[in-house]
Amino acid sequence: MGYRTALYDKHSEAGARIVGFAGWDMPIQYASQIEEHRAVRRDAGLFDVSHMAIVELTGAEIKDCLRYLLANDVAKLKEQGKALYTCLLNERGGVLDDLIVYRLADGHYRGVLNAATRDKDLAWIRAQSKTFRAQVEYRDDLAMLAVQGPEARDKVLRVLPSDVAAGARTLAPFTGCERGGVFASRTGYTGEDGYEIMLPADHAPALWDALREQGVHPCGLGARDTLRIEAGMNLYGQDMNETVTPLECGLAWTVAWGPAERDFIGREALEAQRRAGVQHKLVGLVLEARGVIRAHQGVRAGELAGTVTSGSFAPTLGKSIGLARVPIDIGERCEVEIRDRFLPARVVKPPFVRRGRILV
Amino acid sequence: MSNVPDDRKYTDSHEWLRLEQDGTVTVGVTHYAQESLGDLVFVETPQVGRRLKAGEACAVVESVKAASDTYAPIAGEVVEANSRLAEEPERINSSPYEEGWIMRIQPDDASDIEHLLDPEDYEQLLAEAK
Repeated sequence: MGYRTALYDKHSEAGARIVGFAGWDMPIQYASQIEEHRAVRRDAGLFDVSHMAIVELTGAEIKDCLRYLLANDVAKLKEQGKALYTCLLNERGGVLDDLIVYRLADGHYRGVLNAATRDKDLAWIRAQSKTFRAQVEYRDDLAMLAVQGPEARDKVLRVLPSDVAAGARTLAPFTGCERGGVFASRTGYTGEDGYEIMLPADHAPALWDALREQGVHPCGLGARDTLRIEAGMNLYGQDMNETVTPLECGLAWTVAWGPAERDFIGREALEAQRRAGVQHKLVGLVLEARGVIRAHQGVRAGELAGTVTSGSFAPTLGKSIGLARVPIDIGERCEVEIRDRFLPARVVKPPFVRRGRILV
Repeated sequence: MSNVPDDRKYTDSHEWLRLEQDGTVTVGVTHYAQESLGDLVFVETPQVGRRLKAGEACAVVESVKAASDTYAPIAGEVVEANSRLAEEPERINSSPYEEGWIMRIQPDDASDIEHLLDPEDYEQLLAEAK
């Protein structure tokens, strides 16, 4: 048996199929994964993402510490509540994890780490921050819900405590606000509008029930994966890992090169790679034959060869799509090796879907 | 309600097989199999005329989550494949025992069928799997 979130009983009541995920017992799906996916594209879906690790990053030197630890620059977070997507790199520029960091107050940031990398990340962050006056605290007392879809914001605002709702109503994308221990942010992992809400774990079941009463559809990790692939969003451990730099996995935009004097872990390696020329990139694939693209399948285009990092049937497109790491000069077409056959695919720039619209 | 019809035989890899009046057998996957797989999005059926050995992987059923092989319950030759599944793989979810059939096989030896699981045995296997 794995760790259980505060919503485990709610998942069981809703008929979830539970699977092990990074040490947690999590719902993979409730009834139909495709219906869950569509609920998010057309209406509103509800995800328990309490397995993700919320960490408080505090202290007099926490800003300098994070500017050294993270490839993106928290100095960009001028306003309270603003969020930053960033990679945590090792000295070789390899990706240890990707995370979102919120600025909650002066000297107080909050990070959300992947469940699978939590212990590794915490050990790394603690070791690397030793020379700073900074503290790192893992908040296992909080739960986190994601509510995503075109109707998500309206439905959430109807059930949040009025002070939180008042703050959340006017949030710009990629910002959050905290009231009385409840933090709501306009972020997500689906390509749709919506909120992610962090709150004391013992309050989570009541919020879950209230959202269900608003007709928000419970969604499992299965739909979360197909939604994020359509949205062209990377999954750590699949589309990038410690052997890949952000420049090779579509995350160059998250590396803050300026100011030049900011030293961050991995900077030297990334600069060397940039000077030498980046050889690989992450692209989107749209399969033009019947079949399903899956991770680890081969990709070829003439002499060029690459690998699928994520793949699935894409419910919104009604065909299979994937993400693949390929040589930098790949053209517009390739072939994907599926069970000893080479099937034609188009090479596209992700995302595939945003705000319910097909873009490829 | 039983999800294991008593007019056919079963395998421990969750295929069903029904002997037809013309001596051919129809093969598909069970209710349990489709439920475990989840929403089916692609089915690769075998070529008509292909010779199959018992236990040979001969079709692929893919759900949103994963691809899964379907095995030939007995040796024989494929005489028909369910062409509707190309457009409507979800037939296997909605009707695993009827509209979602996968292929018909002309058995090399019809008595091979006797070695497969009876409905009661298959139900027993499912009960133990839980």
